[in-house]
Amino acid sequence: MGVYLPMGPQHPLHPEATLVKLRVEGEHVVDADVDASFVHRGIEKALEHKTYTQGLYLAERICGICNVAHTTCYTTNVESLAGIEAPYRALYLRLAVEELARIHSHLLWLGLFAHTMGFETLFMLAFRDREPVLDLMEEITGGRVTTGYNVIGGVRRDVDPGLVFKIKGVLTQLKERILKYKELFESDPVIQARTRGVGYLSKNEAGELLAVGPVARASAIARDVRIDDPYLTHEEVPFNVIVYDTCDAWGRAMVRLDEILESINMVQYTLDHLPSGEVRVKVPPFFRPPPGEMSSRVEAPRGSLLHYVKSDGSDRPVRYRVRTPTLANLASVVTMLRSRNGKIVHIADVPVIFSSIDPCICCTARVTIFDERGHVLEKPLNELLDMRRGR
Amino acid sequence: MLVKIANWAKARSLWLLFINTGACNACDIEVLAALSPRYDAERFGVLLKGSPRHADVLLVTGPVTRQVKNRLIRIYEQIPHPKFVVAVGTCTASGGVYDNCYNVYEGLDKVLPVNLYIPGCPVRPEAVLDAMKLLREKLARGEIH
Ligand code: SF4
Repeated sequence: MGVYLPMGPQHPLHPEATLVKLRVEGEHVVDADVDASFVHRGIEKALEHKTYTQGLYLAERICGICNVAHTTCYTTNVESLAGIEAPYRALYLRLAVEELARIHSHLLWLGLFAHTMGFETLFMLAFRDREPVLDLMEEITGGRVTTGYNVIGGVRRDVDPGLVFKIKGVLTQLKERILKYKELFESDPVIQARTRGVGYLSKNEAGELLAVGPVARASAIARDVRIDDPYLTHEEVPFNVIVYDTCDAWGRAMVRLDEILESINMVQYTLDHLPSGEVRVKVPPFFRPPPGEMSSRVEAPRGSLLHYVKSDGSDRPVRYRVRTPTLANLASVVTMLRSRNGKIVHIADVPVIFSSIDPCICCTARVTIFDERGHVLEKPLNELLDMRRGR
Repeated sequence: MLVKIANWAKARSLWLLFINTGACNACDIEVLAALSPRYDAERFGVLLKGSPRHADVLLVTGPVTRQVKNRLIRIYEQIPHPKFVVAVGTCTASGGVYDNCYNVYEGLDKVLPVNLYIPGCPVRPEAVLDAMKLLREKLARGEIH
């Protein structure tokens, strides 16, 4: 029933190759599906062919936007597997950089979200305000976007008091800008019309579909790995979990804006309470962790991120698994895109709804191979490499 | 003569179509940053376009995945002549960190003819601006058309 309407893989409002398959009746979307397979590269398999030290740089490039979350997760995971303990000061610095990355990711999202609404001025403003944060990133870590800051056994560089002073100054300025944007989202009639009640996901649905990150928190579920399962030094750094109960795209925007403010406070608190000491312990490049399994969770800007590693005692992992937040949220976005329970979804709202979950497809694409009867096959995965050679 | 006039005009209004073929997104956001107020690529006449039919320059980020290859070729074919292809980032040029992944073609030049490579992992916005400048100069000199 209805007409099939594909959006993508190349679409002006999708920064990445994504195919949103819609079934429409007139202007109403009755069914939806998302195909996120276009950018599948096979990173999990490639990680098995790299040593733990080399793998870090590939893990960083699973996703360029949340690369800090990925390296935090990777290093925490491998360090606990190998029994390496990063110095205390390094954990604080990791936290500060992670929160800075969250600020930059949310500002980027704000720009792209404004772009999907057709609000180009806000896109430009958000990108302008993001630049000083990237400058700070560059001064702390050496890289604007892909930072290479977290290494196994600590972090690569230390901060000095002059830099701390500068970071605080820039963040204080940024705070004012964010408060302005909040005001804008609360008062602007156009933004309200485009986002209020759009992309509705009730609390029950979000709970059932296991939404994560800002999507869950905008549906009144206080789910945050930093509270539920603290990993760096989150027990010691005070912050609030932002929860909105509007269950729509507007709520998701407000959650992210409020989170930027929280992150600013967290960075400032961390820098004020930096413990003294080393920032890195030396780890040999070809270290061999004992056989075993380990997993770690991190709250990435888009939600909870899970890394799993299995070792057989050699210097390379036997299996590496990554579960990214967007993968968890795809089920929610498909539900949001369907007209149901008297909530009508219009075609014009589809880009806004889709970008309200902050999709990051490049880290999401995975492959599973089924046989004719629908059983998942594990073995052919090992043959994929031969496939590549035979190409 | 006509070609010369066309090239002169082209050099002043390079319109981009930008497609991610498996990049890690870092290069994508740096390209977007190049279009944003701090770097302001628009002063060179560079504009981002949504449709292949409006574009002159195809900006590709990422090693080409098997899944996206045919779509990429179709998009390339839809761009009206003259058209230029720019490979953004090391992984687009040679596979970079994704060398050894089973699902990628290592390098855009295995799939499409490439006019310009921008190195860097990720590229810096300045490098994107530099590439645009280089493309303009090459066009003005009539080296590519
Ligand atoms: S060149 Fe590097 S940073 Fe750019 S998309 Fe490729 S892997 Fe990512």
